[in-house]
Amino acid sequence: MLILTCPYCEVEGEETEFHPGGQAHLKRFGPGSSDEAFRDYLFERKNPRGVHFERWQHQYGCGKWFHVARCTVTLEVFGSYSAQSLAPPAEVLETIQARRPGWEFET
Amino acid sequence: MSTRLASGGRLLERSKRVTFSWNGTRLNAFEGDTLASALLANGKTLVGRSFKYHRPRGIVASGGEEPNALVGLGEGSRFEPNQRATTTEMFDGLHAVSQNHWPSLEFDVGAVNAGLSRVFPAGFYYKTFIHPRAAWKHLFEPVIRQSAGLGKAPKSADADRYEYFYAFVDVLIVGGGMAGLAAALEAGRAGAKVLLIEQSPHLGGRVLIDDVMIGDQTGPDWVASATAELAQLPNVDVRTRMQGSGVYDHGYALGYERVADHTPGDKRPRHRLWRIRAGRIVTATGAIERPLAFAGNDVPGVMLASAVRDYVGLYGVSCGDRTVVVTNNDDAYRTAIALKEAGLDVPMIVDARPRSEGDLALEARALGIRVETGVGLAKVKGKKRVEGVAICAQAGEGAVLEDIPCDCVAMSGGWSPVVHLWSHCGGKLNWDDKSAMFVPDPARPPLGQDGMGFVLTAGTTSGALDPHDAMKDAVLAGRRAADEVGHRHAEESALPHVSAPFETPMLPVWVMPQGAAIKLRSKAFLDYQNDVKVSDVQLAAQEGYESVEHTKRYTTLGMATDQGKLSNINGLAVLAGSLNAPIPQVGTTTFRPPYTPISMGAIAGEARDALFKPTRKTVIDDWLDRSGAHWEPVSDWRRPYAICRNGENVKDAVTREITNTRTNVGLLDASTLGKIIVKGPDAGKFLDLLYTNMMSTLKPGRCRYGLMCNENGFLFDDGVVVRLSEDTFLCHTTSGGSDGVHAWMEEWLQTEWWDLKVFTANVTEQYAQIGVVGPKARLVLEALGGMDVSAQALAFMAMAEGELAGIRARVMRISFSGELSYEIAVPAAQGLAFWEACLAAGEAHGIQPYGTEALHVMRAEKGFIMIGDETDGTVIPQDLNLHWAVSKKKEDFIGKRAHERSDLTRDDRKQLVGLETEDPSDVLPDGAHAVEGAKLANGMENMIGHVTSTYFSPTLKRSIAMALIKGGNKRMGQTLSFPLGGDKVIKAKVVDPVFLDKDGERQNV
Ligand SMILES: [Zn+2]
Repeated sequence: MLILTCPYCEVEGEETEFHPGGQAHLKRFGPGSSDEAFRDYLFERKNPRGVHFERWQHQYGCGKWFHVARCTVTLEVFGSYSAQSLAPPAEVLETIQARRPGWEFET
Repeated sequence: MSTRLASGGRLLERSKRVTFSWNGTRLNAFEGDTLASALLANGKTLVGRSFKYHRPRGIVASGGEEPNALVGLGEGSRFEPNQRATTTEMFDGLHAVSQNHWPSLEFDVGAVNAGLSRVFPAGFYYKTFIHPRAAWKHLFEPVIRQSAGLGKAPKSADADRYEYFYAFVDVLIVGGGMAGLAAALEAGRAGAKVLLIEQSPHLGGRVLIDDVMIGDQTGPDWVASATAELAQLPNVDVRTRMQGSGVYDHGYALGYERVADHTPGDKRPRHRLWRIRAGRIVTATGAIERPLAFAGNDVPGVMLASAVRDYVGLYGVSCGDRTVVVTNNDDAYRTAIALKEAGLDVPMIVDARPRSEGDLALEARALGIRVETGVGLAKVKGKKRVEGVAICAQAGEGAVLEDIPCDCVAMSGGWSPVVHLWSHCGGKLNWDDKSAMFVPDPARPPLGQDGMGFVLTAGTTSGALDPHDAMKDAVLAGRRAADEVGHRHAEESALPHVSAPFETPMLPVWVMPQGAAIKLRSKAFLDYQNDVKVSDVQLAAQEGYESVEHTKRYTTLGMATDQGKLSNINGLAVLAGSLNAPIPQVGTTTFRPPYTPISMGAIAGEARDALFKPTRKTVIDDWLDRSGAHWEPVSDWRRPYAICRNGENVKDAVTREITNTRTNVGLLDASTLGKIIVKGPDAGKFLDLLYTNMMSTLKPGRCRYGLMCNENGFLFDDGVVVRLSEDTFLCHTTSGGSDGVHAWMEEWLQTEWWDLKVFTANVTEQYAQIGVVGPKARLVLEALGGMDVSAQALAFMAMAEGELAGIRARVMRISFSGELSYEIAVPAAQGLAFWEACLAAGEAHGIQPYGTEALHVMRAEKGFIMIGDETDGTVIPQDLNLHWAVSKKKEDFIGKRAHERSDLTRDDRKQLVGLETEDPSDVLPDGAHAVEGAKLANGMENMIGHVTSTYFSPTLKRSIAMALIKGGNKRMGQTLSFPLGGDKVIKAKVVDPVFLDKDGERQNV
């Protein structure tokens, strides 16, 4: 059971307080998009061994969705930030790079 | 013969005699005994049968690692199988039975398996049960079912109660031996909030029995003073009978407290499951002694050397009059010395090492014990109990040098630190060549959310087998744990010096003797509970199983309820030996929680019966319950299936309710329907994205039926949307869908369309919603009074707000039955008053409440779909002929892109049709399959669809059904076949799914 921090209400809570929402920063493909783009939007997901960006919702708290950067191997959490962002904020990327030298963000 | 000694037994209360029952016989014991020590005290060395060969099995260990002594405990509603006798505290009236045998423990038919061990080789299950398939059904399965299963399942519900506790501490210390106590003292003195838990009823661990001096105190005296100091520290909590069962992510741990196992029926909860969050976890879980693999090492009377010592020292029990000690290390000499000092005979210490000159060996020799080195056991003599041993050269193949009569063998293959808790959450191990054991690697601990290690090990668990090293390690672990959570002691106390005899190195011995022939190896057991022998592991290696995880599954080594606590390292070493690879290269299997099995009751906690899951109830629930409601669960709610009048059966009630609603007027509690307010300048725009149809064009005061699809295009919820004002919509959802749809709206608003100015609120339980349905519905509303509900003022699909019977009401003229129908929402607090007002006002018009089954039948008569009946997560609106509710004008809505997929635009998809059976009294079973044409190559019918809703319609006086049929739209008038098994086939004609009032004249009045 992970411990996560909601960036909205700043509560540090147990995993049972949150609802997982899969990979963060997906781009939605709607009407008019190619079959390939639409397929990838629906089904293609990263499964990294290491740094990962995920969506979580503070379900039994303020109800807000947010993003979490964490390591799928060590379970280290690098930071959480607003779901209303198209890419991880600079300070989260810096934290990750400090902990994982050589790591680069891939969209 | 094992027996009780006249004196001794540190844990016994000799003044408190108790009696217990074993296989129906009453036996005596003392308070402080375990069931295992009491059985041994009564000469019961045979306590069970093994799982596969039903071999006689005796007690091997004195703690939680025990593989053999599994018993059924308690009676009736307190019966529980597979309880370890070694961890079962004695109490007056304890009731235990042995298991895995028939007809009796002494004479067991299943033991014939042992004679057949050559036809039950390793991997037997995999090899045999694949082919031939018929043999499975007729031969293997009946035999296996007869003899399979460990113990017997309880037959009645558990009489006890269980609960959860939650704890938040700085430092959790698991294990109350010397190391745990020392770590707790350090962390506690530094001011950290400490929880120390110990699985047994007493603190002290091995220093209660092994002769050490801590400072100037004996082991037991030091334990007493450490315990006293901890009791004085307000920030330290010490709990016994509580096991650290598992360590999980980010400092989460589970504690399993056996509160009342030894005081059954005293009204306390039997077990508690502690959910603990700790800043740091210190595991001080000690080590477990390893057996040695020699022929006959499973004969009752062959025990771990430390266990034999425990039984003498802690419980005043002799495990035998003449005990041969067989060892590869110095520690086992302590057992020989303890036995000798208790006046028992130790004919020989059989030491596999070439030399033995440590302090303990000198002491043993000085006591007159014969010590032989470079030797091992060729075999143990005896079947149901040890009668003697044959000595051989350890380096040889087992040629017997000497026979020694004895009735107990105390064996020691060295010690394995209990690394389970360290490993549960990813702590890594190193191989220690010197002591032939895996030890935690402090450089690779499990990590917390901050990337720091959160588990530390203390004492023997760290691999510090020497008592002084263990003390130092524990003190430093306690200090570091406190320090890392922000507590540092101003002045650190001096390290207590622990003095113990000097020990010489152990010698790894994995098979005894080293060159043992197959005859001996096939009687040398590694896993006692699952009957895995040295030869089985070697066979697995020979057959190509090189990975330890594969070998484990192939041989079942370590897969029994003891999870290989005694067998894993020995098995691993034998595998490594067969593969000619170093042990660390072969690796370990994964350690998974719980450390030992914990009760299902503790896992369930309070969540049983009514508390298992709360039932949602509407404000009309009480009234309905009093009035004959036959309840059915509808998602989290309960709703009345029908409301039975005095003496009426459910079927008759449903028929009466339908007929009355269609001829007079019915009253429906529709409060469970989801109600979500969507408000804001962009509310219309947002709902256009959410629903397949256009909502932004809806006029205030009007209602529109809407559909919601997911991004895959599949229909998942429906309901009526009401525009309350220019910027406010009320969205109705299905009864089960309210929370999900609300969450769905929020997710899209927050994570995709966050630029839209919209708020949502789930107001489902703020309103009671009452349906007044039937030709006389308007008369009832007029009798309630307060609003103009005429056809002109309140047309079909219109909404008006006002007061009815003096209660603030929102009246929506919508219909799910095809009748003239009003759904009226009133504040929940006035729901019951409004319901009763409707009943009073409608009395003259024959009003009667109706339930969900009448609702279902009436909607099916009209061909209205029900989410979950006509949909199953693969159905799109177009399949249900709901094209009219899917906008072609909108640029985008959730699911629109998917509807463009070729698979969703095929014209031979399964489409919704109505069915009329040839015999109108035949009602098709729900889910019945329609078949067509020749059978498929595999012998199965060619299925073309299935029934989704099926009823007998009292209105039409015939059966009606809906079905999803391949290309159904083109099959109107066709007759389809529905085989029901056997020779029974129902034939039904494909018709329009609207069975009643196709033109909607009944509702447009
Ligand atoms: Zn929050």
